[in-house]
Amino acid sequence: MEKIKKYGLDFIKQQGVVIAFLVLVLIASIRYSEFMTYGNVTNVLRQSSMIGLISIGMTFVILTGGIDLSVGAMVAFAGVLVAKMSGSGLFVMIFFPILICTALGAVNGLIVTKMKIAPFIATLGMMMAVRGVNLVLTGGVSVRVSDDVIGSYQVIARKFFLGIPIPVWIVIIVLLTAMYVSKYTKYGRHIYAVGGNEEASVMMGLNVDWVKIRAYMFSGLLAGIAGVIFASRVGAGQPVGCEGWEMTAIAATAIGGTQLTGGKGKVSGTIIGVLIIGIITNILNLQGNVNSWWQGIITGLLLLVVVVIQSQTIREKIMDRRVRRSVG
Amino acid sequence: MGKVNHMDRSTLLELNKITKAFPGVLALDQVGLKVGYGEVHALMGENGAGKSTLMKVLTGIYKKDSGQIIFDGKEMNFNSSMEAQLSGISTIYQEINLIPYLSVAENIFLGREPKKVGRIDWDRINREAEAIIDGMGISLDVKKPLNSYSTAIQQMVAIARAISVRAKLVVMDEPTSSLDEKEVEVLFKQIRKLKSQNISVIFISHRLDEIFEICDRITILKDGKLVGDFNIADITKVELVSMMIGKDATDIMAQAHGTYEAKEEATILKAEEIRDTVKLRGVSLEIKKGEILGLAGLLGSGRTEFAKVVFGDNVHHEGTIDINGKPVKLKLPKDAIARGFAFCSEDRKVEGIFPNMSIRENMTIAILPKISRMGIVDKKKQKEIVDTYIKSLAIKTPSPEQKIRNLSGGNQQKVLLARWLCMEPDLVILDEPTRGIDVGAKAEIEELIQKMSKKNIGVLMISSELEELVRNCHRVVVMRDGKNVGELQGEALSEKNILTVIAQGGMSDSFTAAERSMNNEQ
Repeated sequence: MEKIKKYGLDFIKQQGVVIAFLVLVLIASIRYSEFMTYGNVTNVLRQSSMIGLISIGMTFVILTGGIDLSVGAMVAFAGVLVAKMSGSGLFVMIFFPILICTALGAVNGLIVTKMKIAPFIATLGMMMAVRGVNLVLTGGVSVRVSDDVIGSYQVIARKFFLGIPIPVWIVIIVLLTAMYVSKYTKYGRHIYAVGGNEEASVMMGLNVDWVKIRAYMFSGLLAGIAGVIFASRVGAGQPVGCEGWEMTAIAATAIGGTQLTGGKGKVSGTIIGVLIIGIITNILNLQGNVNSWWQGIITGLLLLVVVVIQSQTIREKIMDRRVRRSVG
Repeated sequence: MGKVNHMDRSTLLELNKITKAFPGVLALDQVGLKVGYGEVHALMGENGAGKSTLMKVLTGIYKKDSGQIIFDGKEMNFNSSMEAQLSGISTIYQEINLIPYLSVAENIFLGREPKKVGRIDWDRINREAEAIIDGMGISLDVKKPLNSYSTAIQQMVAIARAISVRAKLVVMDEPTSSLDEKEVEVLFKQIRKLKSQNISVIFISHRLDEIFEICDRITILKDGKLVGDFNIADITKVELVSMMIGKDATDIMAQAHGTYEAKEEATILKAEEIRDTVKLRGVSLEIKKGEILGLAGLLGSGRTEFAKVVFGDNVHHEGTIDINGKPVKLKLPKDAIARGFAFCSEDRKVEGIFPNMSIRENMTIAILPKISRMGIVDKKKQKEIVDTYIKSLAIKTPSPEQKIRNLSGGNQQKVLLARWLCMEPDLVILDEPTRGIDVGAKAEIEELIQKMSKKNIGVLMISSELEELVRNCHRVVVMRDGKNVGELQGEALSEKNILTVIAQGGMSDSFTAAERSMNNEQ
């Protein structure tokens, strides 16, 4: 009986996010008949796609023991760039913003590693600077994508392929790549090593700085892609848009089971975290009579519950080791 | 890589005249080290002797200023620990330098993961890791995360990693410091196995018994200089300790020290069989009012750890502590402070001063609750206290408002002493009270210690400087490997005898006889 209880607890701790996700889906499908409809599901997925992208990047950065507060600003920035470049043809307006955001990610990484600035401060500075640039570039008003290309450009956000929205396809491709990288490539494993014990990683001869820089670049790259989708969706670049997205991404990463001190966690968990947040929003919309401000309260409480469970697992491990050491 | 002509075929590693300076310190001054194939070589020296620096120079973490490193017949200059590893030098650190959340197998192969069609070959990693672990005679699941195993097992995994890179030399920097006796045995079995495979080991430890059990040769460093290298069979423990501390064992003369004159023979502190989870393995001692008790022992013998237990700074301990005859349970330093204990840490900078606060604030920070009324500090009382102690301890400063970081080490130490003295304690614990301060200030602090004793305050004094203990203490308890192994007082209290007790791990008959005669006289 004890054993069953212990295994049960372990299972809940390890698979807690998945269980929470399934419970949420179950409740929603029973309570709201329109929840499990094709239209609603694709809608939830599409709405979650941009947060999904930056959350995957955020997971890599957090796994290295860092944090990237600049992604929300970068998504908006990429959107503004798309609109500004929309006279130069589809190719340029899509890839130039992505390239710039990747470069800004590299700058984040360089500041963190070479100048040894705490990631929180480095990316906070980047966030404020990029927000400022957004305003300077646009004068604070949204910039419309040029009429010549808007029709073909909005395909990205609005069309379906095999019945699934294109942004969702993008997330699926990025997700599978990220999962593969994190499990089967040296780079992926070194992310875990650096976040797990940076000093040891240095001693083992890993190129710690380069591992971190690439994580920030990846985060920037995904923010760029999310920005392209964003601009496609609204048909304009919005300098003050995507406010607080970085926080949602951090929350999704934490709910998904990634340890915020680094070294432990999974991209797949993060995506479930993103979906949980997406479904909570959706449920509140379906409920209709509830103020959407409740979303923050519910997500916040959920986040706290997850983090408390996480820290207790860690504490148990430490106590466990102490006991074993004194006995052994 | 340069060619070396006159190379002894039996020598794996030869360090010649290695010099390394840091700003203001000459960390290594023409130090040499020779390690043969399949040899377990001890590197000994007190803190600051340069052992770690030498190993970091060897493994490419530091760049040497001058000197020569010859490894396996070639002159080498490693630029990183990775380069050293690839050439066959692996290092195992005191704090286990592996990744806690990754699996055992991955920790063994991290940085050189085998690949198959472009992706990491997990099957091969797990299979080969299992083979290595099996070969060491340990059974564990290599797929489990490292942190699900005990420290000793983690240490074994570090060794497995070292073996798997086909190391010719494994540097072990205090590998036993967090292991218990049984675990140490397991480690030694592995070391013997390495030896039998003709792999050499450089073994750094502060525990003498271990050195004499496992090592073949020994190199001793002191203050960045080479003292000498010896066959372990040709050297006694006493000689070793005296070389490490820099005193000739045969030459040390007994020095004058005070004797304890009991006014009232009340015991302030009685500690029995104090153990903690790592360092302490049963320490018992007692201190009487007005007594100055010295605690001697090598670094890592558990002196500071013991003091911290007594001061309530380590909940995880066993054993009984009686204060003024009553058993107490100390959970936090404030429990000890409330019972009249004071503690001056050996690490002034980290655990003592508030660098940016004034002398006044630093001195009165612990007594504030006593001199405040409804949360407001009585400025007049505060000033009185500060002025009194600045005068009585002769703290050299233009003003009590001076920031403490602008004072010399000796004056900082006096401010810290004043912090505790103004609380009117019954027992003051001084951990290396004269470290890093000049001779003049040292004398003043020693005088202060004698004054405390006259005021009936008990003093527990930890010091690595033997002459300081002999000069100041009424009685000295010698610690070794987390236990108290001897006690010296009266005529038997001399540097030479302390050294002998440290080296032999116990009292020889001659002192006990001397002590007995002492006791008879009393």
